[in-house]
Amino acid sequence: MSKPILQTNGLTISYSGNPAVRNVTLPIPEKKITAIIGPSGCGKSTLLRSFNRMNDFVDGVTHDGKILYREHDLYASNVDPVEVRLRIGMVFQKANPFPKSIFRNVAWGPEINGMEGDINHRVETALTQAALWDEVSDRLGDSALNLSGGQQQRLCIARALAMEPEVILMDEPCSALDPVSTAHIEDLLFILKEKYTIVIVTHNMQQAARVSDYTAFMEMGNLVEYGETDQVFTRPKQKRTEEYVTGRFG
Amino acid sequence: MSENPLNVGQQLARRQQVAMTFRIFCTGVTFFAMAILAILIYQVTSAGAGWLDWQFLTSFPSRFPEKAGIKSAFVGTLWLVSLTALFAIPTAVLAAIYLEEYAPKNKATIFIEINIANLAGVPSIVYGILGLAIFVRFFGLNRSVIAGALTMSLLILPVIIIASKEAIRAVPSSLRQAAFAVGATRWQVVSAHVLPSAIPGILTGVILALSRAIGETAPLIMIGALTYVAFLPEGPMDEFTALPIQIFNWTARPQEEFHELAAAGIIVLLAILLVMNATAVYIRYRGSKK
Repeated sequence: MSKPILQTNGLTISYSGNPAVRNVTLPIPEKKITAIIGPSGCGKSTLLRSFNRMNDFVDGVTHDGKILYREHDLYASNVDPVEVRLRIGMVFQKANPFPKSIFRNVAWGPEINGMEGDINHRVETALTQAALWDEVSDRLGDSALNLSGGQQQRLCIARALAMEPEVILMDEPCSALDPVSTAHIEDLLFILKEKYTIVIVTHNMQQAARVSDYTAFMEMGNLVEYGETDQVFTRPKQKRTEEYVTGRFG
Repeated sequence: MSENPLNVGQQLARRQQVAMTFRIFCTGVTFFAMAILAILIYQVTSAGAGWLDWQFLTSFPSRFPEKAGIKSAFVGTLWLVSLTALFAIPTAVLAAIYLEEYAPKNKATIFIEINIANLAGVPSIVYGILGLAIFVRFFGLNRSVIAGALTMSLLILPVIIIASKEAIRAVPSSLRQAAFAVGATRWQVVSAHVLPSAIPGILTGVILALSRAIGETAPLIMIGALTYVAFLPEGPMDEFTALPIQIFNWTARPQEEFHELAAAGIIVLLAILLVMNATAVYIRYRGSKK
C-alpha cells in the first residue's frame, strides 16, 4: 500500500466529554475509495466530518489523538480550517444545493477562493466529471432547486469537484436517492477515483462491497476491522464483522 | 337484518357535540373582536371623514378648526420614522447576526438573549423616561427629532433583533455547511447565503417594528415633543411634533370640532399603518414563494 493521504492515530472524538469515536487508527490510501460502514450511531459520520473539520461547528466537540494529512497535523494550531476544506471537499447525506442557479452553485466556491482560469470552463469540467453536463448544459441559469434529487446530489458532487480537492468525503450520498440515481453515482465513483481520494460513509453494505477498495467497520465508536474490501466481506477476521456483513445484526 | 355497524354510538355523539360547541365558541369570539374593530373604524370615519381634505393635509395646526391641519405632524412623523429606521435597522440586524452566527452558546449569550426578549415587553413609557434622562438631558439633545428617534430606536431594537434572529435561525444549517465545505469564511457564508435567505423575514420584522414606532405616543410625550408646532423641522436637531401627539392634543380640547379633527388624523395614521403592514405581508409572501 502506498503512503496514506490521511491517517488517524489514536483518534478519540467526544461530544461534551462523551466519546463518539474511540482510539481509532485508520489509514486512507490515496486515489482509492475507502468505505466506512457500521450501524447507526457507531461514529462513522463523526469520524468522516473530522477529516475536513466540519465538527468545528458543533459545540462541545473535542479531539484527542492526531489526524495527519500528508503527515501534517490537521488540527495543529497554525492550520486554518478554511484551507483544510479547500483540499478536502465534502458531499452531504441530503443534497444541499444553494438556492441559486446551477451555474452559480458550481462557480461560487472557485470564485470566493480566487481560483485562476476561465470560470465557464471550470464549471463545464466539473459538471462533466459529475456526469451532469449533458442534462443541464442548456439551462445553466435555472434554479438548482428545480433539479431532481439525484441531479441535485450530482450537482453537489460537481460543486465539490470544481474546487479540485485531493480528497472527497461523502456522507451517505445515496441514502435519499432512488436505485437508478444511486447507480448513476456509483458509476461516477469509479471514474472519480482515478483523480481523487474518496472516503464514503454508507449504511448500504452492498454499496460498500461494490464500490470500495478498502473497508473500515466501526461499532460503538471503535474501529473493529479494517482491510481490503474483498477480505473484509469474504474473509473477515473479526466475528462481529462477519455477523454484520452477513446481515445477522445491525 | 343486523344492526348497521356504522350507526353513531352514544359516546361518539357526545364527543361530536363537544367539538361543535368549541367550534361555535371560537367563531363567536372571532366575530366579536372583528365587530369591535368595525365599530371603532365606523365611528372614526363618520366623525373624521368630513374633515379629510387637501387643506387638512397641508395646513399647520391652528386654533380655528377649519384652518387646522396635520402638515407639521405628518412631516414630523416622517422625520422621526426615517431617523429611527436609520439608527435601529443596522444596529438590530448586526446584533442578530452576531447572536446567531458568531456568539458562543454560553451563559453570557443566553443572559443577553433573555434580556432582549424581556426588553421587547417593557412598557413604552419606560423608554420615554430613559430617553428623557439620557438623550434629552445627559447628551443635551433637548426636544429634537434626533432625541425622539433615538428613544424610538431603543424601543423597537428588541423587536427587530428578535424577528431577525428568527429569520436567520430559519436558514437551514445544511446551507451553511454546503458553503463552508467549499472553503468559505464565516463572513462569506453569512453575506452570500444566510442574509439573502433571511432578508424577507428581517424586512417583515423591520416594517412591523416601524409601524409600532409610528403609533407610539407615550415616549414622545415623555421626552417633551411639542404639541403645537407651526413650522417644519429642517434638521435632526429641530423641535418637532408627530401624528399621535397631534391627535392626542386635539382630543384633549373641549370643542367638538377638534375631536372630529382628531378622528381625521386617526384615519391618516391608520392608512399609513395599513400600507406598511400590507407591504410586510407582500414581502413575506414573495419570500415564501422563492
